[in-house]
Amino acid sequence: MMNLQVNGKPIEIEPQPGETLADLLRVRLGLTGTKIGCEEAECGACTVLVDGEPVVSCAYPAERADGKEILTIEGLASLTPNSYQKVGDRSDELGSELHPLQEAFITHGAIQCGFCTPGQILTAHALIEEKPDLTSTDVRKALKDTLCRCAGYPSIEKAILAAADAIRTGEPVAPPTIDLSSKPLKTIGDINFRPDAIEKATGTAKFTDDLIFDGMLHARVKRSDYPHAILESLDVEKARALPGVVCVLTATDIPGENNHGLVIFDWPVLVGLGERVRYMGDALAIVAAESEAIAAEALTLIEAELSPQEVVDNPVRAREEDAPDLHESGNLLKHIKVRKGDVEEGFADSDITLEHTFYTQTTDHAFLEPECSIARPTEDGRMEIYVGSQIPYADRNQVARALGWPEKRVRVMGQLMGGGFGGKEDIAGQIHAALLADVTGRPVKLLFDRQESLLVHPKRHATQIKLKVGAKNDGQLTAVRTELYGDTGAYASLGEKVMGRATAHSSGPYEMPHMRADCYAMYTNNPPAGAFRGFGALQGQFAIENMMDRLAEALDIDPVELRRMNALQVGSTTNTGQILRESTGLMECLDKIDAEMRRLAKDDGYESPFAPLPAPRSPHLVRSWGFAVAYKNTGFGGGAPDKASAEVELYPDGTLEVRTSSAELGQGLVTVLQMVAAEEFAMSPQRVKVLVMDTDLTPDGGPTTASRQTYVTGNAARYAAKTLREAITTTLAEKYDQPPDQIRFVEGLAQVNGHKIPLGDAVALMKAEGREPRVMYEYWAPETQPLGEGGDMHFAFSFAAQAVEVEVNTRTGEVDVLRVVVANDVGKALNPLGLKGQIEGGVVMGVGHALTENYIIEGGVPFTDRLARYRMPNITQTPEIISFIVEHPTEDGPYGAKGVGEIVSIPTIPAITNAIYNAVGVRIDRLPVDQELIVKEIGDKY
Amino acid sequence: MNLWKKYHNAQTVSDALQALAEAPGTAVLIAGGTDLMLDLQQGNHPPVHTLVDVTAIPEMTALEIRDGELFIGASVPHAKITKSQIVQEHAAALATACGLVGGPQVRNTATLGGNVGHALPAADGTIALTALDAEAEVASLEGRRRVPLEQLFAGPGESTLDPRGELLVGFYVPLGESNQASAFKRIMRPQGVAIAILNTAVWLQRDAQAEVIADVRISIGPSGPVPRRLRKTEDTLRGKIFNDETLAMGVEVVVEEANFRTSRHRATKEYRHHMAGVLLEETLSMAWLRSHANEGVFV
Ligand SMILES: Cc1cc2nc3c(=O)[nH]c(=O)nc-3n(C[C@H](O)[C@H](O)[C@H](O)COP(=O)(O)OP(=O)(O)OC[C@H]3O[C@@H](n4cnc5c(N)ncnc54)[C@H](O)[C@@H]3O)c2cc1C
Ligand code: FES
Ligand code: FES
Repeated sequence: MMNLQVNGKPIEIEPQPGETLADLLRVRLGLTGTKIGCEEAECGACTVLVDGEPVVSCAYPAERADGKEILTIEGLASLTPNSYQKVGDRSDELGSELHPLQEAFITHGAIQCGFCTPGQILTAHALIEEKPDLTSTDVRKALKDTLCRCAGYPSIEKAILAAADAIRTGEPVAPPTIDLSSKPLKTIGDINFRPDAIEKATGTAKFTDDLIFDGMLHARVKRSDYPHAILESLDVEKARALPGVVCVLTATDIPGENNHGLVIFDWPVLVGLGERVRYMGDALAIVAAESEAIAAEALTLIEAELSPQEVVDNPVRAREEDAPDLHESGNLLKHIKVRKGDVEEGFADSDITLEHTFYTQTTDHAFLEPECSIARPTEDGRMEIYVGSQIPYADRNQVARALGWPEKRVRVMGQLMGGGFGGKEDIAGQIHAALLADVTGRPVKLLFDRQESLLVHPKRHATQIKLKVGAKNDGQLTAVRTELYGDTGAYASLGEKVMGRATAHSSGPYEMPHMRADCYAMYTNNPPAGAFRGFGALQGQFAIENMMDRLAEALDIDPVELRRMNALQVGSTTNTGQILRESTGLMECLDKIDAEMRRLAKDDGYESPFAPLPAPRSPHLVRSWGFAVAYKNTGFGGGAPDKASAEVELYPDGTLEVRTSSAELGQGLVTVLQMVAAEEFAMSPQRVKVLVMDTDLTPDGGPTTASRQTYVTGNAARYAAKTLREAITTTLAEKYDQPPDQIRFVEGLAQVNGHKIPLGDAVALMKAEGREPRVMYEYWAPETQPLGEGGDMHFAFSFAAQAVEVEVNTRTGEVDVLRVVVANDVGKALNPLGLKGQIEGGVVMGVGHALTENYIIEGGVPFTDRLARYRMPNITQTPEIISFIVEHPTEDGPYGAKGVGEIVSIPTIPAITNAIYNAVGVRIDRLPVDQELIVKEIGDKY
Repeated sequence: MNLWKKYHNAQTVSDALQALAEAPGTAVLIAGGTDLMLDLQQGNHPPVHTLVDVTAIPEMTALEIRDGELFIGASVPHAKITKSQIVQEHAAALATACGLVGGPQVRNTATLGGNVGHALPAADGTIALTALDAEAEVASLEGRRRVPLEQLFAGPGESTLDPRGELLVGFYVPLGESNQASAFKRIMRPQGVAIAILNTAVWLQRDAQAEVIADVRISIGPSGPVPRRLRKTEDTLRGKIFNDETLAMGVEVVVEEANFRTSRHRATKEYRHHMAGVLLEETLSMAWLRSHANEGVFV
């Protein structure tokens, strides 16, 4: 027996062999606020306090806790200092008993997906206890290994400082300073907390792995040992015979279609005998057992014989004549072309041409919550899928296909998601769990561990981009020619779309008379590549923004001036032949950043922002600034119909509900929808409930990708709310015999002729008329044209400019990003708190892509097989971020808004590499930045 | 397949040794577990019958000045070492090294004994102890012995201890004297594996009259299969005036003496050569500076 205190309660419990503290807390004590992100002592999500000290519970043997005191997130609120309870407690307003730290995290917008939140708050709590008058430096030191992939590090830091102040002084938690929309409406453009922030701060939020069903089985997947092979034989009998194993399935057991995909169904659910294994993540067999450990042991008993084939490990090789064909259609997923004018003429007309080839690396989304799916057969013969998915309706379709069922028999119930960033658009374990649940008749949970997550889900495309630019001596671009190779990996996923964006964005947000681009999206034996925040536009613009600085140098023109001269503006024609008629705020972004950068640089004694500035006492530490701009489409574009449905209902208690299947992955869509409906009804957003991601209860909002949700689903919700409001107006107008324009909505009431009528009464009136107080609206975004046909390829673009200050250590080659000044034209800042989170997260992800992140694959075999080998930025690597919001509204966007989710990371990367050049004269043409290369090129000392 | 069957929270050193010897199957010592648990979980270490936990043994969690030496129990976590006033005073290199291991959570459980016990050629705590001329106290059921740190290692990941019959009780570090100082530095790569590309610890004694390096000890990891001192480099520097020329000579010998290699996705041999020079120069300079600050402060 062991005795421990958990959250102040004595617990006596029989130890179990091999149990970690995390398991004891989560599984046996049901305290699921403690999260598991890696089980490698790397991410800090599982942090709890043992005798007041933060430890990672995933690597802490449970039995060591014998006699110790444990604090988990669930126990924190009860530790609120008395002084604070009297003065600062806002539990009435926030509706729950909260510790000041929890309150500060909520009000400062430090919570996005919330998966890291319990670990952050507990680590911070221990720090405040140890050092009540803590500083920023203390916070950064203490939180170094408590990772946040949504990367709201600046907000986290400020929230902790605010909470510490409040605890020390007994004053209420100070609110954050947030840039609001320049023209806020009633709710839109003002501060609104995430509706799910409280449960995320208190540890009661349930993510998929936190759900347990009676009789639930645990599944594991047997995957390939080779990146390219033919499956010769498969023997699962020994695994079947293992006690505790309930079911083992192979390809022949699939009742429906044995493939899935988002565009092309080329990805086998299970590889069959004689069939081709195309990457190491390919599934050969699936096991369901009474426990995860038994399922894992069963995998070791499965005997698979594979005959290895030549591995195609890069897209250039994949296009060679003699490369083996990975798919029946060959290795070319798509040849994408952009043509404008005649580049040869453009180059002939130029005074200067420059040519260079750039390389971008494979990266992983590394969302902190690994994939988890639960399939549960229902008594009426249907299948429920509990999963954090970016496209619930696509999941439904693909699961139904594999089961051979009509779609309606499957219900996908989206759960809170611990981040997605594009990595939860494809099928992970949904189909496998459903197949096993169907055969066993029991609920089946399939949880990926971090290693499996890194191996299986699609990554960001590695690219090779050859770029040639021509310009006049005065800086006018005459022609751009690009040739791209995209490594789309084993399966199509969204590869064609991603590389399409990469191609179209490869000449940057500039106008030029001649442009020609060819892109080859190639299948290889690497993990598939698909959607990832930035969606190809990131890779393409790394190359061009690097090239623009080279061109500026060659022409001896200021790099900002060169960009200004060529920047897209209203009236410009893009490289795909689209004339920009409105909402093109690039120039304003550029001007704002230029001015701020020069002001900061001048204050620091720079000769020019782009000149090197050695530190006075340590001349080997050299600083400089770098500049870059970017644009990114909102929505699918390219002729793909882009629509979303939302339903808005008014309830008798006067509250509203918005329903749509669109996904909340932490980015803040739910908050936006809440605010939109509240705005239309002039009521408090707290009175609006939002239900998302349930294919039975919510209409199809389409995929959460391409920065489209605020625009498309935001519009659907807005029009649904507006239509409902008009219907209510009609009812009230008739009832009170008033013209409809005399009816107003104020503070959740309808005002008619001096009367204030609760909205609940309107519900009754409508029902009496036989009308439902509910409107479903299907919004169709403006039509777009396919690439190559001219016209509007996209219905909106976001624009951005950034300046980055770096410090390079000339002895070691180490690079530190000090400050990032950002301006984003987002049309309209609907939800400033959410926007701040997107900006912080976007910049930090950009820093990661430039400096720390690299998913390494060698001959089809991932070297990056665990989180310890994939570095995402931590709080100590987070620069100071200075943000300007630019609002050039787009006419059809909700209140003028366009996408913000992806634009931010894009310019950060080339701005960093440009700054490195300005500091030490080393041109970086390959990501991530290699510190060895920097020293080598500086001194050629070796 | 449980990773272990039985967990024994040992109360004394002999209790731990007994448990280790008497377990019916495989038995392994566990301190913080930040190496061992991960090895077990990732299948790099086969499941074991008994884990013998040594973190609650009072003798092994002591950190004190004992009979003219600094004693650091093997089970003292890095967080405690790095914050300790006496370690900062007498073994600055170790305080710095321990403060760099992992992150704050890891440092709250990971121990110095585990760092040495894991026997990796570039473990931060180990490299610092090596330059500080530390000795380990090793206990077996037969008794205790003292072993100079360098003699604890047989190869990468292999110690010379009998895994079923011996354990590290703690480490003795000579107390600092006037004009002595130490320093530690490491260089990491921001991508890939979070093991130092190179780390360096330096201890030196300054001759206050002649401004020469009276004595010096240097360890650099990884500079071979086991943590070790670079004696040729030490010999080159000993007795020399501290100036750029001497530093340059030291750097030259280090590159010859250390056996630097290219490790995949971490560093090339060439970068290690270059960095060894930078680190040696920086640690020597820092220790030299500190030896002035330390003039006469020791009691
Ligand atoms: C995220 C992370 C980051 C890390 N960063 C670093 C780093 O920057 N630098 C670094 O050097 N290391 C690092 N490590 C490795 C590890 O944390 C350290 O080596 C740590 O000091 C190991 O101590 P421990 O107490 O956890 O050892 P354990 O895992 O408990 O034990 C390690 C080995 O030593 C043996 N052992 C333990 N105690 C004794 C004893 N008293 N006598 C004999 N043998 C014993 C064990 O049997 C085992 O073989 C990191 C680990 C993680 C998870
Ligand atoms: S550190 Fe424990 S789950 Fe990541
Ligand atoms: S909020 Fe930190 S990981 Fe999402």
